[in-house]
Order: sequence, then structure tokens, then C-alpha cells
Amino acid sequence: MAVQDALPGRVGSGGFAALNDQRVRGAIFQVLLVIGIISFGWWIIHNTAANLRAQGIGFGFDILFDSAGFQINQALIEYQETSSYVRVYFVGLINTLVVSFIGILLATLIGFIVGIARLSTNWVVAKAAYVYIEILRNIPLLLQIFIWYFAVLRLLPPKREAIDLGPLGLLNIAGWYAPKVIYGPGFPIMLSALIFGIVATFIIRRWAYKRQMATGEQFPVLWTGLALIIAVPIVSWFAVGILMKGAPLSLEYASEGNFGPRGGARVYPEFIGLLFALSFYTASFIAEIVRAGILAVAHGQTEAAYSLGLRPGHTLRLVVVPQAMRVIVPPLTSQYLNLTKNSSLAVAIAYPDLVSVFAGTALNQTGRAVEFILVTMATYLVISLVTSAFMNWYNSSVALVER
Amino acid sequence: MQKTILPLLAGAALVLTAVSASAATLDDVKGKGTLQCGVSQGLPGFSNPDSQGNWSGLDVDTCKAIAAAVFGDASKAAFTPLSAKERFTALQSGEVDVLTRNTTWTMSRDTDLGLNFAGVNYYDGQGFMVRKDLGVSSALELSGASVCTNTGTTTELNVADYFRKNDMDYEVVAFEKADEVVAAYDAGRCDVYTTDQSGLYAQKLKLANPDDHIILPEIISKEPLGPAVRQGDDQWFSVVKWTLFALINAEELGVTQANVDEMKTSDNPAVKRLLGTEGSFGESIGLGADWAANAIKAVGNYGEMYDRNVGPDTELGIDRGLNKLWSDGGIQYAPPVR
Ligand SMILES: N[C@@H](CCC(=O)N[C@@H](CS)C(=O)NCC(=O)O)C(=O)O
Repeated sequence: MAVQDALPGRVGSGGFAALNDQRVRGAIFQVLLVIGIISFGWWIIHNTAANLRAQGIGFGFDILFDSAGFQINQALIEYQETSSYVRVYFVGLINTLVVSFIGILLATLIGFIVGIARLSTNWVVAKAAYVYIEILRNIPLLLQIFIWYFAVLRLLPPKREAIDLGPLGLLNIAGWYAPKVIYGPGFPIMLSALIFGIVATFIIRRWAYKRQMATGEQFPVLWTGLALIIAVPIVSWFAVGILMKGAPLSLEYASEGNFGPRGGARVYPEFIGLLFALSFYTASFIAEIVRAGILAVAHGQTEAAYSLGLRPGHTLRLVVVPQAMRVIVPPLTSQYLNLTKNSSLAVAIAYPDLVSVFAGTALNQTGRAVEFILVTMATYLVISLVTSAFMNWYNSSVALVER
Repeated sequence: MQKTILPLLAGAALVLTAVSASAATLDDVKGKGTLQCGVSQGLPGFSNPDSQGNWSGLDVDTCKAIAAAVFGDASKAAFTPLSAKERFTALQSGEVDVLTRNTTWTMSRDTDLGLNFAGVNYYDGQGFMVRKDLGVSSALELSGASVCTNTGTTTELNVADYFRKNDMDYEVVAFEKADEVVAAYDAGRCDVYTTDQSGLYAQKLKLANPDDHIILPEIISKEPLGPAVRQGDDQWFSVVKWTLFALINAEELGVTQANVDEMKTSDNPAVKRLLGTEGSFGESIGLGADWAANAIKAVGNYGEMYDRNVGPDTELGIDRGLNKLWSDGGIQYAPPVR
């Protein structure tokens, strides 16, 4: 380009000479391409609408505002049979996000543990990790989902009985009846106390870090932080309880019903089955990524750390893992994306995720395949792009800073 | 994964193909040499494969009758198992020529989904099944129960209406595949299994201990089940519609699988018209004169089909009830061939 720009524009005879100018030609091609893409898009839309009309099938997004008429068991936002398909969409979306998010956390945790165990010098631990990985990543996920779901169902007591988990509620085939949190009058005060504790901990942490850099003295940040985060809210709890005559938070447990326990906060077995299947399956891939990442850190690094007198735990945490992260993060991102997309297998075991309730039930009840599939595809695209963007940001924050 | 691919395929077909002026399914079917029918993934009495992959059932017989009417050969019928959720997309996208899959005729399906229902081969209604040891004897005692069902069905809409109308709460567990519904119900995940009553009789057979379960007396909806075709192809619509009518008329006229050949010489003009020895009714729908005779020869008349697949002497053992001919006190009634 630099060379091009330096050349004086050639003055030709007539307008066609402009075509010899690479920039003009480039621009013309760009414009043609845009026109081409737009007309292709227009043709697709027009053709689709015409085909649908010819087949007597309705088309239009206004259907989304009709009322759905069916029930969804796990709705984390207000939902009734009279709610619209738009609400079905959000119920499904939230369910997808919840199972994916918790699944990602769990898979990462298990994956790191198994990946590190795989490199353990303890033969049994290393072999156990190896067997875990080989079994879980070689059995189709759908099968694992069924195994987990029906295992969960078979292991738990029938609906009218339950395992008593004490303060944690009840557990039976219909799921976990966890205590439900009821907010009392003084709750905002409690919450402020908790936020204060957290903020104070962060400030202390920064101060302690600066001081350690300057003087080398360490400060017990962890213990001070815990004290702040736990003690301050507890004190305010009692203060509020006495002053406002009522606990800021209370727990509501499931009660006895005709068909087993009723009420409480429900965690459905469909959710548990899907979550376990997704997490354990994805963890087997993450474990291999972690192993590869750790092996990619030159052994000299460990030796250098040891010769500086760092203990193995510190060596792993301060020297090896931070460097391994650079290798681990990019493939980890695709595992996270996989887990999110795989969560759409939920329909097999009646977990009401986005694909199941929106691209499934709602699509089927209305017969509007084109509309519902378009919206669903766009949604997964956005979820994936956001996940990638976040992981790219994280990756650049752990990347080697070159000076 | 078939379930995700189907809507996409349908979408792609709708997006990319040019508008075809007349969709002549009959010519297509004749050209292919097979009739592709959408059926369930295994519902005894309606459409169920045996261990050799041979399909049988009332819906299967309906499909075979159409194949026999078109080709004179019932073995030209081929079956595509579809979940409740997949079925309409499969028909719309042309993957099947006719849907004979215990499908309820409703207004929205008939109008907005681009389908045409060719009649009713089984009058049904939705029911509930529960474990006997629950001690429940009426659906009105089900407040607070969890209910297992299939997604993409009228069932999940009716059950919502019913519980709402009676001001009872409930929890629905909706699976795509019927086998999972059965497995989850059998494992005890749900207190109630709800679907078409005929379906309850059929699925009950798949439970570990069928005798531990009862079907409650309430029928909460109208479920007229019948074959469906794509809108906009009147000729094909007529073929399917009149094949079904021919089977019902045959019962009324006393024509059976065994006597259909002798009946061709009957003096009764209605029988003659039906069996093609008088008039040119087959021709008017693009088929041969013996279209109805072939259909009856293949599967028998409607009554024979019923008795063989779902009637009192079968495993399902369902009384003929509403599905008796109008002349016997039921509501099965076909317009005359004339
Ligand atoms: N008639 C209802 C329900 C039909 C339906 O799907 N029933 C289930 C339960 S009986 C079924 O056919 N299952 C068998 C299968 O999915 O293969 C409708 O048309 O929506």
C-alpha cells in the first residue's frame, strides 16, 4: 500500500481509467459483494416466506407473544401456563445458563484435580486418574446422561419416603428439597454488613500486598478476611434480630404432602443427572488439557524453584500452574463451549433447557420451525461469543507479558 | 441426532427450494415405488415393530391400506418412526408422505401447521394412570402430584388445562421419547402417567408390573386420532381420506378381508361401487378401479383392523366403545362412495 500511495494518481483518458486504480477497483468489488450478500439474504427470506405460504404454514414472530399453555417444572423466574412463548424462552435460557455455569465450575474443579492426579508420583492415584479419563471420554455423552439420570432415580428412595439431610432438607427420587430462604425485615442491613466485610477484605489485601512488596513482611490476609466476612454479618444478624424482632433470613423446609414432600427449594433430579453427566464427561477432557499444560512447562522451572527453596506445593501453585495456564486456557475455552452446547441433550431426560422447551415444545406446539430455530441459533451464538470473549480476556491476562 | 437435524432440514428445505406449483404426492409416491408413513417409535396396538422390524398396529394398517390402494401391494408401505416432537416437521419437509401416528386432529394443526387431517381412525380421549398403592380413585385427588408425559403433544396442554381448571397444583416431567416416560414413571419419578387412553393401555404393558397400576376413570379431553397429509395437494388428500372411508364403509357393508373377492359379484350397488365393479371411483382419485378392494384385501375392514390390533381379544383389550359404527351405537361414520 505504501508504494501505491506514493504513486501519483494516473490521469487517464475517460472515466474507465479509474478502473485501473486498485483502490477504486477494490471499492467496487466491496460494494458488489455487499449487494450480492444483501440480495442473497433477501432472496432467502422471500423464498422462505413464499414456500411457507405455499404450504399453508404461518410465518411471523408475533406468535412469540401468544400464551404457551404448557407447564414447565423448573422455572427460575415467574412462569405460568398463561405466560407467553417469550417467557418460555427466558425460562429455558436461564435453565441452560444455570446448568452450563455450574457444570463449567464443577468440570473445571474435577478436571484440574484429575489432571494433576494423572501426574502424581503415587502409582495408584495416577492410574485411577488414567482409568477415569479413558472411561469417561470414550462413552457417548447421551448414554452417560441416561446412566446418571436413571442411577439417580434408582438410588433415591420413593416419593413418599425421603433421606433426611437434617438442616439441608430432604432427598428422594423427586429431587432435593433444600431449605428455601425467606427474607426477613432486616435483610438489607445484613446484606450491607456482608458487602462491607468483602470490600474491607479487598482493601486489606491490596494494602498487605504493597507492604509485602515494600518490606517483605507477610500479613494473614486470609484469616482477617474470613473474620471480616463472617463475623461482621453475624454480629449484625444478632443486632438486627434483637432490634427488629425477627431474623433477617429464615429457612423454610418442605412439608408433608399427599404425594411426598411439598415446598422448599427444589433441585430436580433431571438437573442433578444432567449436571453430573456434563461435568464428569467434560472433566475428562479438561484433565488431559491440564496434564498437557503442566507437562509443557519446562522441567528446569521446577528445578529452579526447588533450588530457591520453594516447597512442592508452592512450586506448583506459584511457578508451574501460572505458566501452564497459558497452554491450558485456549483449549479450555472450547471445552466450556462444548459443555454449554452439549447441555442441549437435556431434552432426553426432561430437563427444561432452551432447546427442550423453546426449540422443542414451543416449536412443536406452534409448528413454527423457522422462527424458533432462528432465535435459538442466534442465542447459542451469543452465548458462545460471550464465553469466548471472556476467556480471551482471561487468556490475555495470564499471557506472558513481553517487555 | 435426528431430533435436532429434522427441524434444520425442514428449515433448509423451506429456505432453499423453489416454490413448486403443484406438489403431486401421488405421482411422487408412484415414482418412488414406496409409500413412506410416519409412525410412532413403538406404541403397541397402533404402530409397533417386532424383533424382526416388522411393523404392526392400527396406524400401520391404515398406512398399508393406502399402499395397497395405490400399488395393489401393501408391502410397498415403509415406516419412519417419529417422536411426537418430530412428526409435523417430518411431514412438512416431505420426509414422509402421510403421518399415521396417533395424532390428534386439532384446529391449530389443521390450519396453522399446514396439515390436513383425512379423517379419524380412532376416537380417543386423554386419561391418567397411577400406581394402585397410592389409593387414588379419581383424577380430582391428584393435587400436588408429579405427572410424566411426552413433549410436543396435546397431552401436555390438556393436563395443564385440567389442573388449572380444577385449581390443583402439579409438576410436569415432560420427555421427548415415550420410552423414557415409561421408564421414569416406572422408576417412581412420577405419581401419574398421562396420555391418550389407548396409549395408557399400550404403555401399561411395558411396565415391570402392569397389575400394580390402574387407569383412572376420567377422560379429560377429546383426542380424535387420524392420518394427516400436507396442505395444498387435494388429490393426495382424497386418496388418504377415501381409503380410510372405504375401510369403514366396508365394515358397514359386510365386506371383509376373507370375502372381498366374492363380494365383487354382490348385487348390492353400494358394494359394487366400493369394490370398483360399478362406476369409476378409483379413477377419480388417480387410482385403479380395485383400489378399495386391494386395501380391504390387505388389512380387512375397519372392524377387523380394530379387533386385530386393539380389540378385546388383544393384549390391549380395549372395548370398541366410541369406535363402533354409527349403526351400532358408536360414532365411526364414513360418507358414502357414490
Ligand atoms: N394424540 C396426542 C399424543 C400422541 C403421542 O405422542 N402419544 C405418545 C404417548 S401414547 C406416543 O405416541 N408415544 C409413542 C412414541 O413416542 O413412540 C397428540 O397427537 O399430540
